[in-house]
Amino acid sequence: MSEAPEKREAAPVELGTLVVSSSPHLRAPDSIGQIMWTVVLALLPAFCAAVYVFGIDAARVTLLAVAAAVATEAACQALRRERVTVSDGSAVVTGVLLAFVLPADVSWYVPVVGSIVAIAVAKQAFGGLGCNFFNPALIGRAFLQFAFADQVTLAKWRFLPAHAFSDLLGSGVDAVSQATPLAVLKGAPGPAGLDALYRQYGLGDLVLGNVPGSIGEVSAFALLLGGLILVANRCINWRLPAAMIATVAISVLLLPVREGGAFTGGFVSILHGGALAQGKLALYHLFAGGLFLGAFFMATDMVTSPITARGQIVFGVGAGLLVALIRLYGGYPEGVCYAILLMNAARPLIDRYTRPRVFGTKRRKEAERA
Amino acid sequence: MRTFRGGVHPHDHKELAREAAIEPVPLPERLVVSMNQQLGAPAKAVVEPGAEVLRGELLGEAGGFVSAPVHAPTSGRVVDVAPHPHPVAGSAPAVVIEPDGRDAWAEGCDRDSGERLDAVEPGEIVARIREAGVVGMGGATFPTHVKLSPPKDKSIEVVILNGCECEPYLTADHRLMLERTAEVVSGLRLLVKAVGASRGVIGVEANKPDAAQALSGLAAEFGFPVEVLRVKYPQGAEKQLIKALTGREVPSGGLPMDVGCLVQNVGTAVAAHEAVLRARPVTERVCTVTGRGAARPGNYLVRVGMPMAHLLAHAGVRGGVRRLVLGGPMMGLAQWTADVPVLKGTSGVLALMDAPEWKTRACISCGRCVEGCPSYLVPSRLSILAEAGAFSEMIDEANALDCIECGVCTYVCPARRPIVQWIRQAKWEARIRKMKADRVRAEEAKRAQEKESAATA
Repeated sequence: MSEAPEKREAAPVELGTLVVSSSPHLRAPDSIGQIMWTVVLALLPAFCAAVYVFGIDAARVTLLAVAAAVATEAACQALRRERVTVSDGSAVVTGVLLAFVLPADVSWYVPVVGSIVAIAVAKQAFGGLGCNFFNPALIGRAFLQFAFADQVTLAKWRFLPAHAFSDLLGSGVDAVSQATPLAVLKGAPGPAGLDALYRQYGLGDLVLGNVPGSIGEVSAFALLLGGLILVANRCINWRLPAAMIATVAISVLLLPVREGGAFTGGFVSILHGGALAQGKLALYHLFAGGLFLGAFFMATDMVTSPITARGQIVFGVGAGLLVALIRLYGGYPEGVCYAILLMNAARPLIDRYTRPRVFGTKRRKEAERA
Repeated sequence: MRTFRGGVHPHDHKELAREAAIEPVPLPERLVVSMNQQLGAPAKAVVEPGAEVLRGELLGEAGGFVSAPVHAPTSGRVVDVAPHPHPVAGSAPAVVIEPDGRDAWAEGCDRDSGERLDAVEPGEIVARIREAGVVGMGGATFPTHVKLSPPKDKSIEVVILNGCECEPYLTADHRLMLERTAEVVSGLRLLVKAVGASRGVIGVEANKPDAAQALSGLAAEFGFPVEVLRVKYPQGAEKQLIKALTGREVPSGGLPMDVGCLVQNVGTAVAAHEAVLRARPVTERVCTVTGRGAARPGNYLVRVGMPMAHLLAHAGVRGGVRRLVLGGPMMGLAQWTADVPVLKGTSGVLALMDAPEWKTRACISCGRCVEGCPSYLVPSRLSILAEAGAFSEMIDEANALDCIECGVCTYVCPARRPIVQWIRQAKWEARIRKMKADRVRAEEAKRAQEKESAATA
């Protein structure tokens, strides 16, 4: 290697004032805002499906909820003399999610009140984004359940049935009102009534969103698409929704229900040669109701779900089990909202017991054995 | 491909300097040779102003066992021995030399004696490495001879050469492996022999296939495999590299030798070769000058003590540089002035044109820090404890001391929380706490002794 013995006068360097900060000196491109707006983007397919199924009412409710959520967040932060951070999109996500669990034809004040409760009580009162214990949208929904029960839980939900799709642009499109698939299932939870249900709403209808239900929950396909957007952009970890959905399927498959004074379905049916029907029932439970919406967009809320991979699986399994228990044995046809809220309450405990093993240390059991 | 669990891969910007061959930088008007070149005790200056020195002559002797001597980087006259701005310590004593332009080696140095590696005994290897002031050239600057002198009850089975260079931007080790392949392998042979290891292995990240290729032929001759590792920061962190290559985990609070390993940077291997077989103390190193603020990004052969301003002037600096970072962007130190000298551990200089202000927000527990932490900690929890001022809990209940300060948690955090900074603060608090406890214990012992002596009197 050549040496450089000659001395040389170097031109002086002109450096302005240098900024000194602690390492690392780089940051990943993802900020809170980027994550939240990606979630909004991922909710778009379901929103389009909703407008298709419920008409302009779906957009009306969604926009009202979003506007109220953003305004409430800004007002709370202004009151607390904090930096207003509504541009990060987290209030938008809450507004959209709240609208998505409401029927399309609620009065204008229902999404507004729901959003105010969600943001002011469930989120800002705890200290804002990152400090809340419960999913704000679901708290809003739970509040509305009591405040406006008649508007939020309907016996019959309006929707646009399949035959109307073909002449959507024509003038004579009539929406009809019918019971949701899960409400029908509540009346006949076992595999016996399944054939009739399949005739009323086929699996294809559930996947496309061709069924009555709340604004955002009807199209399993659109929700799955949104879920994939979230996973691809690392906004959620696939483990949690996978664990939750799988647990619902397994629970419905195995748990018997009481129908006409006797236990039927579940392992009872499987033992009596009804495995196929039981499988169909489990499949139906996956696509009906708000499971996909809850599993991909609500249970995965970063703030209110566990932080470790193992914790997320525990959370998913717990939420899935609660969904199945409420649907099969509870007083409501749908249990996603309360299942997730209950698991939100368990989250600090789950975090505590699923801490990773520190590098270079042994797990407690191994240490005891050693 | 082998790797460890956790970590991230930031855009590495290595294309800026990767293709630039190592280029010597002309000597500056003055060299500021800091006596604080290594982890451990600083060296003690043994020259006075006015003294004439030759390259390789001793300027400062080791300040203890965990220390290393410092040598004159060129021939010239000592003009000052005084404190001077230091890139890590803020200020440290330094010997200032005015080069005479001859760059003449001291007698006995720079011998290409043709001495065969086989002829040097292990103890002699360690002694020559110690006398040459070899320290960890990857940036950690831990004195190499200390690592080569394990206590009697520990034995080293594997010597791992670290050619990962996982820090973004830096390409100095990459060029070294390409251009000084023979010295790298020779250095590894010396290190293996010095500790009596049964094998040696070279770990190179997959983004340097040419380096891996260049090394593998020569390394294979001596039975050293070249392992290609996944491109992921911090692949070159000591414990993570050991895990990736051997599957062993250095116990919490322990050292690589606890699992029979010794890790040395490829630059250290070259320095060891130079020290042992060419009698050349550490007086120069390869340093990457890069970043968008560098007009001629490249890999420069620089003398220890070269003022950063001189190096930057040589490589060219664009107007509007906002940040100057010594080392890589993940663990390097931001400087407030270019009036600091090159140290033995200065692997790179980044001239960055931006200085973004990251607004810290509450943790949204996204879990990215947990996923990325190569020490399997829960950085989010540590950060929340830090905000509450609960430094003791960070140490006692959240394993803050197991943090290797790689900065992955802070890099990935979407809430822009300065997590690793808080962890460093906790470690600092722990050190103060221990010092206080030690003092109290010492006082108690003294009081007890006084009482005892009073009783016997």
